[in-house]
Amino acid sequence: MNNAVLSQRMQTQLRRRHAAEKRFRWYGAAALCFALAFLFVLLATIIFNGAGVFIHKRMLFEVAVSEHHGDRYGAMIKDSWKAQFPEVTNRRQRRELYGLISRDAEFLLREHLAGVSVPDNGIVVLSVPFSGDAGEFLETDPEKRDAFSERLSPEQRGWLERIEASGQVETVFNKDFFLNADSREPEIAGILGALIGSMLTMCVTFLFSFPIGVMAAIYLEEFAAKGRLFRFIEVNINNLAAVPSIVFGLLGLAVFIGLFGVPRSTPLVGGLVLGLMTLPTMIIATRAALQAVPSSLRYAALALGATPTQALLHQGLPAAMPGIFTGAIIGMAQALGETAPLLMIGMVAFVADIPDGFTSASTALPVQVFLWADSPERGFVEKTSAAILVLLAFLAVMNSAAIYLRRKFEIKW
Amino acid sequence: MRNLLFPIKGALAFGFALVLLTGFGAGESLAERGRIHIVGSSTVFPFSAAVSEYFGKSTDFPTPLVESTGSGGGLKLFCAGVGEGHPDITNASRRIKSSEAKSCIENGVNEVTEVKIGFDGIVLANSKETPTINVSLRQIWLALAKEVPEGGEDGADLVPNPHKNWSDIDPSLPNVAIEVLGPPPTSGTRDAFVEIAMEGGCKSFDSIKAMKKSDKNAYRALCHTVREDGAWIDAGENDNLIVQKLLSNPGAFGVFGFSFLDQNHDRLHGSYVDGVEPSFENIASGDYPVSRSLFFYVKNAHVDNIPGLREYVGAFTDEDAWGEEGYLVDKGLIPLPDAEREATGKQARALKPMSF
Repeated sequence: MNNAVLSQRMQTQLRRRHAAEKRFRWYGAAALCFALAFLFVLLATIIFNGAGVFIHKRMLFEVAVSEHHGDRYGAMIKDSWKAQFPEVTNRRQRRELYGLISRDAEFLLREHLAGVSVPDNGIVVLSVPFSGDAGEFLETDPEKRDAFSERLSPEQRGWLERIEASGQVETVFNKDFFLNADSREPEIAGILGALIGSMLTMCVTFLFSFPIGVMAAIYLEEFAAKGRLFRFIEVNINNLAAVPSIVFGLLGLAVFIGLFGVPRSTPLVGGLVLGLMTLPTMIIATRAALQAVPSSLRYAALALGATPTQALLHQGLPAAMPGIFTGAIIGMAQALGETAPLLMIGMVAFVADIPDGFTSASTALPVQVFLWADSPERGFVEKTSAAILVLLAFLAVMNSAAIYLRRKFEIKW
Repeated sequence: MRNLLFPIKGALAFGFALVLLTGFGAGESLAERGRIHIVGSSTVFPFSAAVSEYFGKSTDFPTPLVESTGSGGGLKLFCAGVGEGHPDITNASRRIKSSEAKSCIENGVNEVTEVKIGFDGIVLANSKETPTINVSLRQIWLALAKEVPEGGEDGADLVPNPHKNWSDIDPSLPNVAIEVLGPPPTSGTRDAFVEIAMEGGCKSFDSIKAMKKSDKNAYRALCHTVREDGAWIDAGENDNLIVQKLLSNPGAFGVFGFSFLDQNHDRLHGSYVDGVEPSFENIASGDYPVSRSLFFYVKNAHVDNIPGLREYVGAFTDEDAWGEEGYLVDKGLIPLPDAEREATGKQARALKPMSF
């Protein structure tokens, strides 16, 4: 009897414990689902907003190149454009008409004419982008175009529809976005300048922080006497890892620009500042990786007659390499997304040329996102999302490189 | 095992070499800066960048570098000295302060040309789903100040702002909760809004206006302090964010620059202030009360050393750029009146230094 009661109580208890077990697993799964849902919503919005950038409409524009205009390419564009709309007479209409094609058209024409000779009839065919609002109008489904009633005048919409019906509009892959640097005209603004700026900056960051970080970590872990000074340094490195990034920007402004005279707004100074910011992460990760190497390995090497340096370089460091790379990539990924320190050293800037070296003026991907997000022109909304996609892709490439390196080192050892 | 270590050693050596090079290489690249360097206000940034881009494409000079540092930050850099390491031009959404002029002179920046380029209106806008309102500056202050005279009576005791709905201030205003999204105190737009709109409304009370002479600090605190009970919301520096929030919350109002209203005029409309609509014409003519002037400052000592600086000033003050039908107008700049533009342009191109 007593036994039966006991066993029943045990049964209930057991059931309860199993239920608790199950519940706990569910909590974990729910947390994961939450995180995934947020990530999905975030990515979906960015892709939804930014996808429009990759395909855009251009106009196949027949420009009459005439002698009497000389090198006034803007006038040639305007005259050829106006010729298609004989009913346009007054000043206001002309302004509205010119506003439909990109202001870049005259520079495209100049570039085009520099490369080819003008045919006898004086007509060259040029593919030019539409201006922001006009391009968006043409990309919209004809039935939903009423939404543009206040952004474009009825006449402008009529002209655009006429051009569309005449077959002069082509839908092409937007290679301008990948080949141009920044511009104030949303239709020709591109990401290449910022992308190269980020690459150069990351190069400097890596070359600056990796050797110093790894050497510092090796010394601290393998050679330093573990005294009071050691603990003091250790605590400070951990604190440095938590210092807000803007502080490193101020430090960079004072030391690199003020003291050493490194030029402002360049990947060199940007990379040095971000490298400084990455150093603590790099040191902490490297030390953790070195600690994780079984000491038996080192003892075996020492027992076979290796010097401590040999034991480290031949056994400890190669074994720790995967961990070091992981730490390096976390630090670099953090640096890649920083804008705050760059503000102090002049990289939050409009740079219309693609940087060609470590000391040429440049900006970086997150800065480009920031600048576009802050622009009043509507066309920059989708550019912002597209720039975020490029930033994410860059990050993915960096991470894959790290995983590749990690695998490679792991297998060999 | 040896070849494994090779890349590590290589990277270490290369890194140290680079660190050393930084020290030596930097001096060299600094010796010759062929590019104009512009810093300053984020409000003027789009105009300055547009001129730079056009200037870079249409001339043989390299495209100037335009940094967005804010008016105060720009003037600080600008006044720090003369030489390759210091900027040539700074943009500002307000006039240079006497303290800044003093630091300029202390650092040997004695000759500076001031160029007024146009106006920027600050608007109070809401979604088109709700009707526009017509407010006076006094009503704006009564809606947003931290402390107001009791009952809105001149000379009454000051009480914490009791107004919950717009209609509490004046029955002609809608019966909806006061909710205004605006830029944080670090923004130049906020400074201008507080100084022009709030102070303008505040000093319409004679008793408060009298305070300006007797107790300037108390006057400033009263007129410039925005309420903190949730009716005013600091919505961040990004004006596009405010636009998005207004669309999802039609009862709210937003404070931002005219160019954002202009770009979104299919979805938002601006409130009439003192009976004047915030339109291009009204801001240009000076009828719309909440507007400010925009400037840039040129360092004259750099004109003969930095190639293209003189030409850049010329390109900015060209009718094609800042004129009534110029491309800067398409970007949202509100031009100066014709006569003033001609006079300012002439002085700017002659680089006539201002007197501090």
